[in-house]
Amino acid sequence: MTSPLRREDVAHVAKLARLSLTEAELDLFTEQLGQILEHANDMSTLNLEDVIPTAHPFGLVNVVRDDVVRPSLDRDVVLAMAPDAQDGRFAVPRIMGEAP
Amino acid sequence: MKTAQGIARDVQSGESSATAELENSLSAIGARNEELNIFLYVDEAGARAAALSVDERVAKGENVGPLAGVPIAIKDNMCQTGIPTTCSSKILEGWRPPYNATVIDRLMACGAVPVGKTNLDEFAMGSSTENSAFGPTRNPLDPSRVPGGSSGGSAAAVAANMTPLALGSDTGGSIRQPAALCGLVGMKPSYGLVSRYGLIAFASSLDQIGPLSKTVTDAAMLLEAIAGHDPMDSTSLPEPSPSLVAHVNDGVAGKRVALVRELVEGADDDVVASVNRAVAALKDAGATIVELSIPEFRLGLSAYYLIAPAEASSNLARYDGVRFGLRVNGEDVAAMNEATRTAGFGAEVKRRIMLGTYALSAGYFDAYYGQALKVRTQMIDAFKRAYQQADLLIGATTPSVAFAFGSKTSDPMAMYLSDVFTIPTNLAGEAAVSVPFGTGEAGLPVGVQLLGPGRSEAQLFAAARVLELAEGRP
Repeated sequence: MTSPLRREDVAHVAKLARLSLTEAELDLFTEQLGQILEHANDMSTLNLEDVIPTAHPFGLVNVVRDDVVRPSLDRDVVLAMAPDAQDGRFAVPRIMGEAP
Repeated sequence: MKTAQGIARDVQSGESSATAELENSLSAIGARNEELNIFLYVDEAGARAAALSVDERVAKGENVGPLAGVPIAIKDNMCQTGIPTTCSSKILEGWRPPYNATVIDRLMACGAVPVGKTNLDEFAMGSSTENSAFGPTRNPLDPSRVPGGSSGGSAAAVAANMTPLALGSDTGGSIRQPAALCGLVGMKPSYGLVSRYGLIAFASSLDQIGPLSKTVTDAAMLLEAIAGHDPMDSTSLPEPSPSLVAHVNDGVAGKRVALVRELVEGADDDVVASVNRAVAALKDAGATIVELSIPEFRLGLSAYYLIAPAEASSNLARYDGVRFGLRVNGEDVAAMNEATRTAGFGAEVKRRIMLGTYALSAGYFDAYYGQALKVRTQMIDAFKRAYQQADLLIGATTPSVAFAFGSKTSDPMAMYLSDVFTIPTNLAGEAAVSVPFGTGEAGLPVGVQLLGPGRSEAQLFAAARVLELAEGRP
């Protein structure tokens, strides 16, 4: 696998990650991310078909607690940290477009 | 500067006071912080109140705890109630957490006095502290060089005698590498030993909080204070904090220590020479030395630079301008998210988010992320095989001594390579310590790394203590 990364791939990934890149950043990141992926090619030649993947060092099991009410952060304290709040809720710009 | 052990003893006995020790610390910070850019925030009022409370308790005859009156620096990716916590990112500038990380609560319960928040590479992504949105930290031993990273501010605080102890976090070497470059002891504990509650997440399956200090005993005291099960972290190990300080002088007699070829491969000659001298010192202290090759270690860097960015791309999705931190307005919510993230994140963070998003995206998942997770399995198996032949492993912490500013910033791969010896431990969830041993280029310190299986912290400190004594440090 040679470096498969094209400029349009980087633009697509930036869109997925909600980042906007300048033309110069697109060029730079295409080159730099390509180099990193090329380094990772030392793994692609390995035959690991039968190896079980490890996502976590200890193989996590679900942890639950007793279903009892405990104190948590006060709503006003949390909303005070928000860039914008209204009527006890987080306020954001509109999510949907105008009705046709 | 006094050790943490010395300060705690003197404060508890009344020979000194927490207030006097804190004022020493604040003067040292005042003298050099502007030049070195170590602390992003110094909580003078809060620290003075905490020190006064320690002194009042001592006056009443109370036993304040093992860290009575010890000033400590906190890496600025750990939450402390009401204290600005930035992760060295513009996206969190001005944010004040409404709760304490578990480590902060535990430190305060042991009598320690947190004095402020230290600089880091943005979101702990970097190996030089040059990626901070608030400017780089300088190495106190040579201000033309980097202190390492990402816990560069915490390491520099201890190296500059501002505090005897500091907390760092280590995802791929971010405690051990700056410890090596600043001439300190730094440990990455076993995954799950220290609660991550209140540690701002970078790569959740790799991140661990750990100690930085000048002496092995101080590091053991600090780790003992913060370790142990925490119900607020579902990945926390079930057992209480282990006994570490009591075992610091256990030595290495009868232990098998393996010199690992891949942990010195490509290192500078003076670094390799220090490792060889450390091996000889352990042998003199009664250890049996074997040599091992663990070829899987060569794949660590590739696996890490897919796994860590993949986890980061998911963890950093929360910075969307809705609930906390920066918001840059846009005409709809998606435009607001994008404008906020574009303005708030620095170049290295964007690079890693992009890399992780790509590695997880449809069509590439199996080839990159999936393959990296399988290499991680092989890494864990390779460690298990090594620990059938040895109790501990030894090698270099970093390929070179502290490097000059700007020497690696334009080439991400070159920067990533400075973590090549520290990454395997994180992938396997095991423990490792860097201890200063000898000097290299320009008389700068070299770090020797000791690696052990999960929960081997007591053995690692004991071996590190042997090296400390061999260097003639008390």
